[in-house]
Parts: sequence; structure tokens; C-alpha cells
Amino acid sequence: MAAVLTAEGLSRSFGHVMALNGADFDVEAGEVVALIGDNGAGKSTLVKALTGNLALDAGVVQFEGRAIVLDSPAEASRFGIEVVHQDLALAPHLNPAQNMFLGREIPAKGVLGWFGFMDNKEMRDRTRTGLADLGGTVRALNAPVGEMSGGQRQQIAIARAMQWASKVIFLDEPTAALGVVQTRNVLDSIKRIRDRGVAVVLISHSMPEVLEIADRVQVLRLGRRVATYAGKDTNVEQLVGAMTGALDFQHTENAA
Amino acid sequence: MTTATTTADVRTELDDDSGTVWQRLARTQAVWILGVLVLIVAFFSIVGGRRFLSANNFSLISQNLAVLAVLGVGMTFVIITSGIDLSIGSVLVFASVISAKLMSAMGGDGAGVVVVGILAAIVAGAAWGWLNGFLIAMAKIPALIVTLGTLSAALGLAYVLSKGVNIAVDATSLTDFGIYTRIAGVPALPLLALVIVVIGGIALHRTRFGRHTYAIGSNQEAARRVGIRVNRHLMWVYLLTGLLAGVGAVMYLAQFGTTTIGGQSLTNLNVIAAVVIGGTSIFGGYGSMFGTVVGLFIPAVLQSGFVIIGVDPFWQGVAVGAVLIAAVYVDQSRRAAAQRGAKSTRKGRHNV
Ligand SMILES: Nc1ncnc2c1ncn2[C@@H]1O[C@H](COP(=O)(O)OP(=O)(O)OP(=O)(O)O)[C@@H](O)[C@H]1O
Ligand SMILES: [Mg+2]
Repeated sequence: MAAVLTAEGLSRSFGHVMALNGADFDVEAGEVVALIGDNGAGKSTLVKALTGNLALDAGVVQFEGRAIVLDSPAEASRFGIEVVHQDLALAPHLNPAQNMFLGREIPAKGVLGWFGFMDNKEMRDRTRTGLADLGGTVRALNAPVGEMSGGQRQQIAIARAMQWASKVIFLDEPTAALGVVQTRNVLDSIKRIRDRGVAVVLISHSMPEVLEIADRVQVLRLGRRVATYAGKDTNVEQLVGAMTGALDFQHTENAA
Repeated sequence: MTTATTTADVRTELDDDSGTVWQRLARTQAVWILGVLVLIVAFFSIVGGRRFLSANNFSLISQNLAVLAVLGVGMTFVIITSGIDLSIGSVLVFASVISAKLMSAMGGDGAGVVVVGILAAIVAGAAWGWLNGFLIAMAKIPALIVTLGTLSAALGLAYVLSKGVNIAVDATSLTDFGIYTRIAGVPALPLLALVIVVIGGIALHRTRFGRHTYAIGSNQEAARRVGIRVNRHLMWVYLLTGLLAGVGAVMYLAQFGTTTIGGQSLTNLNVIAAVVIGGTSIFGGYGSMFGTVVGLFIPAVLQSGFVIIGVDPFWQGVAVGAVLIAAVYVDQSRRAAAQRGAKSTRKGRHNV
């Protein structure tokens, strides 16, 4: 299957820190790619660059074979690319439904819609459905999300991205704050959305999680992709070795 | 001036399916402040009797509030974005000077003169608002500094243009409207202010524009990431605030028939105080138009009540100051409580 999103030679530095140093990346439609690496390896930076949240110093990004420039999150959304950021990026004073549809509010029917009025009921109903699909524990659809638990907020951010992603969804440590059951639900949802043909990019520090769900694993170290493995052929030792640089470079690159 | 906004705003805070109606009501600070206002009115009604609790007195109070209410609409939007606009009083003076000068230069009392005067004030106000918005949203200078600068500059220019001499308005059709016109028994200026407040409240609580205003104040980065054009939105908010100061200038001229160049030095602070007393968070992301209206009435009712019961009206300043600080204290405690909630879950996450 052809890659839906590919990146070649991405570089980005912050002062003296090379957060990305010639990183490559690719993901195909209908597969789950796990992106792993030590703290500070550049995972979040790569995600930001591929979702229109960060400008690149160098590198080429291709979407379905065409070179594109992702200069804003709205641009990424237009391509059907959505992201759950590590810091969630929710508005704490707004409720789940308002967050879910922020920037993409459903207009009220008829003339009122022209004046910017919104269909709050429809948005609330769809939010309820989206959260229910996730098996979520968010009950109060009208309480501000800032008053909710970290896990509930994470569910809302995930539900939002899943609702809008039609091509690629990036999940930056989506299960970090979740309980056992909710983690299970998120992993199941990832499988469902993959089966819909969406490309899923999962960042996680949990190796069992990665091994369970990833079709491919790409390892990032010091701002560069150092290895790619097929999920079913790899193991924890190999992944940790690649992350820390203990394994021989030549040997691991393109092992998949 | 309260009833129409009450239904619109309280409904917004209520289209909520968590808790009973009363629990939800009790969560909104605007409702607590309304309780305070009711207590104050009750107190003066008992002590001051008919002289306080009369249609005449309340008509007078609302006359005095009309201009401030129009400024309060813009300020509520600005503060919900977690911004501030200190320049509105000076912008009002500048716009009224431009308008009065133009009208006296044209002379007479024709409809054309009045229309030009109104448009000139609105354009002058909007121009300052645009400048504020540009410097804040595009040049990224803090709102406090930008509007402190335009506060000084607009007033300075008003002095330059008028040479420090107040300009009287000869267009009697404008001043008659301000002083004598009544619609269904209600004086025209407060009624106009009410219409603007209701429109502002609907825009804030019911439209995408309002929703994005809250989102930007709540988490600007999150708003940007979902594709809201934050800079453009902020420009509009400041521009509309300046424009409303221009409207306020026309209303001021209609009411008093002259500019008052030195008379608006505390207007900005009074409006900010009203917005904040009304429960709008100075940190952004939270607030209501209804709260602003209540927040405007508290100082005005105190002032009127003190005069009527024979207390030195300077005590009004003391009382308003106390209410202001108490309102912010309550707001902060609520935020602190929410913060504690968030922290404890983050701690839980590290333990996993
Ligand atoms: N906005 C920024 N300003 C300065 N340095 C940054 C910025 N963003 C990232 N960096 C630096 O870039 C490097 C990569 O950061 P990044 O957040 O991508 O790591 P990560 O792989 O996501 O790590 P983690 O597993 O901790 O989330 C780090 O050294 C970080 O300090
Ligand atoms: Mg990260």
C-alpha cells in the first residue's frame, strides 16, 4: 500500500538543540505506526512539524505522493490530518462539546446560521456519541474540561481528533494519564479507526502497548530515525537497544 | 435594564445537563453578584423609602449608566480574551471632540449634520480600536502597554484639536434625543444602551464569534491549533471596543450637549471594575454580559443610595473598592480550587 504521508530529511533546531536532525518518517493508510524514542528524542517535535504546528528548517513532506507545505494546523486539518498533543490543547473553560467542535462549530439551521449562531444540540449529541464510542467516562457534557480529571481530558482530546481525522491521526502519548480500562478502550478505538483506513501514528513509552498494536515501529534517536521494525517481528530488547543506541546502527537501519 | 439579558445569558450558563437548575445557577458568579445587588437595593429601599425606590430615581440611575454600559460591552469581550483596554475613556473624548468640531463647523441642526457627527465619532473610535488591535495582535505588544499608550495619545490629541476648550453641540435634534425622547416611557439613551447590551450578549453567548472569544482567553494556543485565526479575532475585538467608545461619545454629546475633555479620566477603571465585579475573570476565558450589567448597577445604586440616605457619597468609592476586591478574591479562589483539582490528577499520573 502506498504511503499516505512521508517525510524526508526533516531538520529543526531550537538555538543549539537540534530537535530534528535529518529525520525521515512514513506512514501508510490503514496501518498503525508506533513512533518511539527516549525523552527528548524529537518525537513531539516531529509530530508538530507534520501537523502544521511548527515550521521546519529543512526537509520535504509528501501527502499522497504530492509535496505539501503544512504551515498551519488548519492546513493539516484540510488534508484530514489530526493530532492529540502531549499537552492536549483543550480550552479549560469550555465544556467537552465546545472543545470538540472548537473552530469547526456546526452552524444553526437556516438564516440564524448566517449570523454565526450555532447548533449546540447537534454538537452535544455528536460529542456524546464520540465519547461513547471511546467507552469514555466523561459524563458531564457541560462542565468545563478544566474541572475534569487528566484522564477525562485526554479522552476528550482523543475523541476530538478521532472525530475529524479522515487520513492520518497522530496521538502523542495518548494513554499516559489513562486508567487500565480507558487505555484498553483507546487501543481498541485505534484499531477501529485503522480498520476504517486511517493511518495512525502512536507515540508511546509503553513497550507492551507498542508491541500489541503497532504494524510498524519507527525509532527516533537524537532527532533522526535510526530503525524501522515490523511490529510482529520485534521485541522489547531490540526496541530499547535501538532507542538507547546500544545496537549497531548499520545493522538496525532498514531492518524491516 | 436587566430582564432581557437575564434570560439570554442565564440560559447559556444553564443549557447544561449536570446538576439541578439551582446547583448550576449557584455556580455562576454573576448570580451571586445579582444577590448582592438585590441586597443593596433592599437596604436602600428600607432606609431611603420612596425617594430611593421610585421610577424616577431608577430612570436617573439608568441615564447615568447608559454610556458606561455601551463601553462595558466591548470591555467584556476584551477581558474575556484575557486582554485589557485602558484607552476607552480617552478614545471617547477624542471621538466626541472630532464629532463636535465637525458638527459645529458644518453648523445648523440638519439631519445631515447629525449623521456626519455620529459617523465621525464612530469612525474615530473604531480607528483607535483598530490601532490597539493591530499593536496587540500583530506587533505582540502587551495590551496593558498598548492601551496605556493610546490612552495618553488619544487624550493628548483631543487637547491638541480642541486647544483644551470644550466644544458645545448646537445640533439640538441630537441633544433633544438625549434629553427628552422617551420610548414607552423609557428615556432613549438607556434604551439604546440596552439594545446594544442585548446584541452584545447574544453575540458573546450564542455565536461562533463569542465562542472563539472565550476559547482565546481560555487557551490561546489551543485556539490557534484548532485553526481559529486568533490575531484576526483579537483585532476585531479591540476594533469593536473602540467603535463602541465612539458610539458612547455620541451618546455623551446627546446627553450633555458638550465635550468634557477632562471628565473621563476614571471611565476606563469604572468600566473595568464593573466587568470584573460582574464575575468576568481578569485572567480570561470566563464571564458574562449579564454580569457586566449587574456590575455596572452596583456602584451606581450605591452612589444614588448614599446621596438619598444622606451618607457622604465619597463612601461609594470605598464600598465599590471593597466589592471589587471581594469579587476578584472569589474568582481567584475558584480558579485555585480548579488548579488543585488539576494538580492532584497530574500527581496521580506520576504514581502510575
Ligand atoms: N519550543 C522549544 N524550544 C526549545 N527547545 C525545544 C522546544 N521544543 C522542543 N525542544 C527541544 O527539542 C528536543 C526534542 O524535544 P521533543 O519534545 O520533540 O522530545 P520528545 O521525543 O517528544 O520527548 P518526550 O518523550 O519527553 O515527550 C528536546 O531537547 C527539547 O528540549
Ligand atoms: Mg514528547
